[in-house]
Amino acid sequence: MSALGELGSLRGKKTAGQKKDNLAGYLFLAPWLLGLFLITIGPMLASLYLSFTDYNLIQAPKWIGLDNFTRMLSDERLHNSLRVTFTYVFVSVPLQLAIALLLAVVLDRGVRGMAFYRSVFYLPSLLGSSVAIAILWRQVFGTTGLLNQLLDVVGIDGKGWISDPSTALGTLVVLNVWTFGSPMVIFLAGLRQIPSMYYEAASVDGAGTLRRFFSITLPLLTPIIFFNLVLQIIHAFQAFTQAFVVSGGSGGPSDSTMFFTLYLYDRGFGNFDMGYASAMAWFLLVIIGIFTAANFLLSKYWVFYDD
Amino acid sequence: MTTETLRTTVAARRTGVVTWARARPLVIHVVLAASALVMLYPVIWMVVSSLRPGNEIFRDPGILVKDLRIDNYRVGWNALSEPFTRYLLNSAVVVLGSILGNLVSCSMAAYAFARLEFAGKKFWFAIMLLSIMLPIHVVIVPQYILFSHAGWINTFLPLIVPKLLATDAFFVFLMVQFIRGIPRELDEAARIDGCGRGGIFLRVILPLMVPALATTTIFTFIWTWNDFFSQLIYLTDPHMYTVPVALRGFVDSTSSSSWGSMFAMSVVSLVPVFLAFLFGQRYLIKGIATTGIK
Repeated sequence: MSALGELGSLRGKKTAGQKKDNLAGYLFLAPWLLGLFLITIGPMLASLYLSFTDYNLIQAPKWIGLDNFTRMLSDERLHNSLRVTFTYVFVSVPLQLAIALLLAVVLDRGVRGMAFYRSVFYLPSLLGSSVAIAILWRQVFGTTGLLNQLLDVVGIDGKGWISDPSTALGTLVVLNVWTFGSPMVIFLAGLRQIPSMYYEAASVDGAGTLRRFFSITLPLLTPIIFFNLVLQIIHAFQAFTQAFVVSGGSGGPSDSTMFFTLYLYDRGFGNFDMGYASAMAWFLLVIIGIFTAANFLLSKYWVFYDD
Repeated sequence: MTTETLRTTVAARRTGVVTWARARPLVIHVVLAASALVMLYPVIWMVVSSLRPGNEIFRDPGILVKDLRIDNYRVGWNALSEPFTRYLLNSAVVVLGSILGNLVSCSMAAYAFARLEFAGKKFWFAIMLLSIMLPIHVVIVPQYILFSHAGWINTFLPLIVPKLLATDAFFVFLMVQFIRGIPRELDEAARIDGCGRGGIFLRVILPLMVPALATTTIFTFIWTWNDFFSQLIYLTDPHMYTVPVALRGFVDSTSSSSWGSMFAMSVVSLVPVFLAFLFGQRYLIKGIATTGIK
């Protein structure tokens, strides 16, 4: 559909009056363009400038060259926040996508009540980013929380999962994995597009369930896996609300849930160190850019395009 | 489903042999139902716990309610500096403004990208796609400075005005995808009947893209309702707090004794999201599926 759309718009180019469309085109685009320059590109450039300054919102920004960036090199808390963020991204995203794919494949087999299960599994994706669920998580993984109450029933002594620095980040990983529903729905839609004749042909040739999955489903689904991977990685790098609320705004205990975004908030809006926060923001943009670019570069080795 | 399950079990007992082919659907159902229960259990338990007397939250991991108590709701509603009604209204204003803004501005931009030919279209389209991926953190500091100079801190303007300017590019993309599926012959027919660009947009495209508008409405509703980061930054006056910011105030200000009322207000805050999901899931699922697949 996307390719057809492109073709259609190319055809339109030849017949339609170019001049009239220019005016109409930019008129319809006006709100978006205004937003692009005022709300997006303008502030982006401003934050690039601020990243080379010392600025506390009250006094005028003072140019300090690369000082913010050299400071980042020796900022232990920042290095820790990077470690926390990378751990979160590289543990939770693969787990989340693996579960999403597994359930999508199971549901795609024509399970009765499929629509019901799909809805139930999708619901956490909508709830997951709310403060209410973060509050729930705080309770569930607390010392006297739901999880420990349930463990107590089977005779296991739990612990304060959130107050222990070695498990606090784990509870946030669980929360992100819990929202596997939206990639699952995308996988399901992708599975629908695989022609059933491939499976029929494979069955005739005697291929079993596993063989069909690894030889047909997985290769044909790689573009969707790739799309989900790019999207979820970008998304996970920006996670904020859950860590903020679960840790009570501190990123604790002992900075174990201090995401890069939390530290940025702390510098910028906690200490009004706006220059440093801007430098951090651009650093985050570069990191996300590098990972997205790497994803695209690596994709040619494993993503399979049918057409 | 239950009768079938029963029949399978009974048949299996009678013959004493269960072939895998016969048992498989049953096993799959059991596994799926069990995982669904595990996933939703904490949420169900939160709802149940909010209806129990205060300290039960730390004692009863079950989900059976013996007697319904709405005390937590009564206490929670008035536990903060303003009644909860105020926060709900504030959130409603932000949500309605955002929906209106997204519907108008995103549909206009999408129409331009999907149907009109103008110089630099491909360039702007690429920029639009890139802006979907842009982390909000890169722009938030200067935006904050900009809006504070405009005197907009502790108003809803920093939350609504960007939507009027189509900064939620995700929805532009979603609508472009949808408009591309509308036959161009309809545009041509309207043009022959004397419609201009504006007329085609208002009379042909908009009425036909109602499903995409519905998807946008529901997603904007849920995302704005849940949005925390920007509301936390721009709203510092308790009088202007929206629901998520107020709930966060609960976490700071309460001791363990008021977990009940905190749960109650959390449940209140989830009800609109749940209703939007219940009535709009068709559009939600179609929405993510189409933007994911192209």
